[in-house]
Amino acid sequence: MNTNLAAETAGNAVSGSGRRLPQELNIFFILIAIALIFEVLGWIFAGQSFLLNPQRLTIMILQVSVIGIISVGVTQVIITGGIDLSSGSVVGMTAMIAAGFAQSSTWARAIYPSLTDLPAIVPIATGLIIGVLAGLINGALIAYTRIPPFIATLGMMVSARGISKWYTKGQPVSGLTEQFNFIGSSVAPVVVFLVVALIFHIALRYTRYGKFTYAIGANVQAARVSGINVEAHLLKVYAIAGLLAGLAGVVTAARAQTAQSGMGVMYELDAIAAAVIGGTSLSGGVGRITGTVIGTIILGVMTSGFTFLRVDAYYQEVIKGMIIVAAVVVDVYRQKARRKV
Amino acid sequence: MTTISPATMAAVRASKAIPNAEYLLSAEGVRKEFPGVVALDDVSFRLRRGTVHALMGENGAGKSTLMKILAGIYHPDEGTIKLKGVDVRLQSPLDALENGIAMIHQELNLMPFMTVAENIWIRREPKNRFGFVDHSEMRRMTAKLFERLKIKIDPEIEVRHLSVASRQMVEIAKAVSYESDVLIMDEPTSALTETEVGHLFEIIGDLRSHGIGIVYITHKMNELFEIADEFSVFRDGKYIGTHSSTDVTRDDIIKMMVGREITQMFPKEVVPIGDTVLSVKNLTLNDVFYDISFDVRAGEILGVAGLVGSGRSNVAETLFGVTPASSGSIEINGKPIRIDSPNTAIRNRMAFLTEDRKDTGCLLILDILENMQVAVLQDQFVKGGFVKEKQAYAACEEMSRKLRVKTPNLYERIENLSGGNQQKVLIGRWLLTNPRILILDEPTRGIDVGAKAEIHRFVTELARDGVAVIMISSELPEVLGMSDRIMVMHEGRVTGFLDRAEATQIKIMELAAR
Ligand SMILES: Nc1ncnc2c1ncn2[C@@H]1O[C@H](COP(=O)(O)OP(=O)(O)OP(=O)(O)O)[C@@H](O)[C@H]1O
Ligand SMILES: [Mg+2]
Repeated sequence: MNTNLAAETAGNAVSGSGRRLPQELNIFFILIAIALIFEVLGWIFAGQSFLLNPQRLTIMILQVSVIGIISVGVTQVIITGGIDLSSGSVVGMTAMIAAGFAQSSTWARAIYPSLTDLPAIVPIATGLIIGVLAGLINGALIAYTRIPPFIATLGMMVSARGISKWYTKGQPVSGLTEQFNFIGSSVAPVVVFLVVALIFHIALRYTRYGKFTYAIGANVQAARVSGINVEAHLLKVYAIAGLLAGLAGVVTAARAQTAQSGMGVMYELDAIAAAVIGGTSLSGGVGRITGTVIGTIILGVMTSGFTFLRVDAYYQEVIKGMIIVAAVVVDVYRQKARRKV
Repeated sequence: MTTISPATMAAVRASKAIPNAEYLLSAEGVRKEFPGVVALDDVSFRLRRGTVHALMGENGAGKSTLMKILAGIYHPDEGTIKLKGVDVRLQSPLDALENGIAMIHQELNLMPFMTVAENIWIRREPKNRFGFVDHSEMRRMTAKLFERLKIKIDPEIEVRHLSVASRQMVEIAKAVSYESDVLIMDEPTSALTETEVGHLFEIIGDLRSHGIGIVYITHKMNELFEIADEFSVFRDGKYIGTHSSTDVTRDDIIKMMVGREITQMFPKEVVPIGDTVLSVKNLTLNDVFYDISFDVRAGEILGVAGLVGSGRSNVAETLFGVTPASSGSIEINGKPIRIDSPNTAIRNRMAFLTEDRKDTGCLLILDILENMQVAVLQDQFVKGGFVKEKQAYAACEEMSRKLRVKTPNLYERIENLSGGNQQKVLIGRWLLTNPRILILDEPTRGIDVGAKAEIHRFVTELARDGVAVIMISSELPEVLGMSDRIMVMHEGRVTGFLDRAEATQIKIMELAAR
């Protein structure tokens, strides 16, 4: 008789009714709520609408696109039960190095005067490769030497920042080609972000890579005994996170039409925040890209909203800090609730 | 969560005034629902002072759920609980403990990186006059407790170094240390060998003679007759009845539990034995086991018996590449193969059901589907990196139906399943991979009688298809009933092989205890 129970209800589940409601729905409602609060405050304090201003919304989403790109990688790392503190520094490093190969011959002080006016693909590929290398180093340290991810990526965070300062002795890299600047122009960063998000949403949801990522985060021992090559897989995940940080670096330089060694400072924290606000659990095994996208937009709406209301930048940071802590508290609470019925 | 309800405290004090209430602990009309499942429906239960009361029922019948209610972990949707005749509402496990109800859970819950002593006295550590933990006092207390219970485990060792059986003994000692009036044991013997089971029964006998009431959940029928005074049966969340264990037979109980008769306990078939599939020579893992050599042939079931600490599970782990060997060789179908990881083992068509389902088995926060398909995705149901969801789902669905996993659907988190049903999912995980060499470590741990016969039938079918099976089990009847040959181990060495025809419990015990 139990047999029938399982069979009947499993039949329903195929059509989707068995799957629990996606948690992202909650986060989506929170996003709506925050936006509406700013809307109301906007009418009260600024006498105008917050939302009905396409320009403001465009700027808002442009501002967080780079964070979003990194965050897609960071989310995957966190799902495996790890953390990536290096993404912001890798943005700075790849921005500098990529920009060095993107300078125009009309610019007098090019780093490599003989390597100017290269097709955009060269600096872009360089940025991506440097990003992947940084990720591979992170991954190798974590997977093969068993250093905690926190420490390994902290090391990379400091080193990569050092490299970006040392690269030009602190000088900005400017005079970039039109072709290169194109990928940072107009809404290109947003397009890159959404394409990246879509690709990895599909990867996590429908591929073996995704299933194994969750399995490792849920119980690394059991994952290993089930035949998953945990080391190789972690290497992949961190390499992807590095790749996306590299991409973010390229986009950042192109958008600013210059690269500076201080680019991407603290981005790693915003990226982690976006993932956690979006429902990714710091204890691993739980998280979705859709949530991270919404989390990213929440960060954007808050920054944009506070600026719109002319809230002091210092207060903004304090409030952002509190929201991140609140998101983690919610995560911890959720974990507890799971155990108690 | 750690507050103690005033009502409960009052109840305890009041209880002193009614020393001879008929029942130590009772529950009436208890109902508990989880999303999609009625785990308990109008259930009653009464525990007398100084008795051992067994709970019987199929996997998912609601035994653990009822006990978790009595231990303050879940709150009932309906019904009352009386402690020594007084109504109580237990708010938390701590509340239950303060009221003299201690529970040993079905899954092990010790902290791996803490010592045995620290685990036992957690949150009750003796303090010195500076308010720090008094380690020497704690050591003394543990030594005293272990002496009384005749447990021989080093209190200073970190729990992660202990075998599953030793951990279970620590859990038992911990529960006893609360000096509670009621002690609930949820399948305490599922990971113990006969020797420790005997030891545990001595402990239980001693506690009973001191007037403590013991609730004892088990799927092992012989234990019921050996230790229980009375027993209650549950089926599908409903209370079926309570009887004295002297006036029933084993078949009566099975009929009460499953509502039908089980014809054959060990459906062993004699199948033609083929060529040697796995050949192990002088396998050694330094300080753990030495010089293990054996062959397993297609269609053969090799039983492995031995006491706790004999290294049975370690050999299995090494065969599967979890902890690669220090020396020795492994040949599969005549070809020498270095198995340095489970991944390599799976690529050589091996499968390994581990002993500890919580640590090395379940992906607890993921659903049944993900848990079942994780191993088979290594080389099936995947095209160009994408999982063929429909096929994978259909295969898992069919497997869960065959194994009778009791669940509303495959999207239920595995941690919400009853222990036995979790075990079935893990068995399904490995059966899906179509192995040629199947290593089973305590395969029917926590599995009810009906399902046990079912799983044995599966294993028999696999053997008929030419799979070489290695089956480690602490249940001698299972080893004797299913194996073609039995390998017995003692302290990391093989002490002998017994053929099916000559093997008896006594011969195994002689080899195991030498
Ligand atoms: N936290 C939970 N959430 C959802 N369902 C649950 C939860 N806990 C138990 N159940 C369901 O309640 C039913 C009874 O489970 P319970 O663990 O009490 O069974 P059991 O009798 O102890 O079985 P076993 O012999 O396998 O240990 C099962 O169908 C189980 O899936
Ligand atoms: Mg149970």
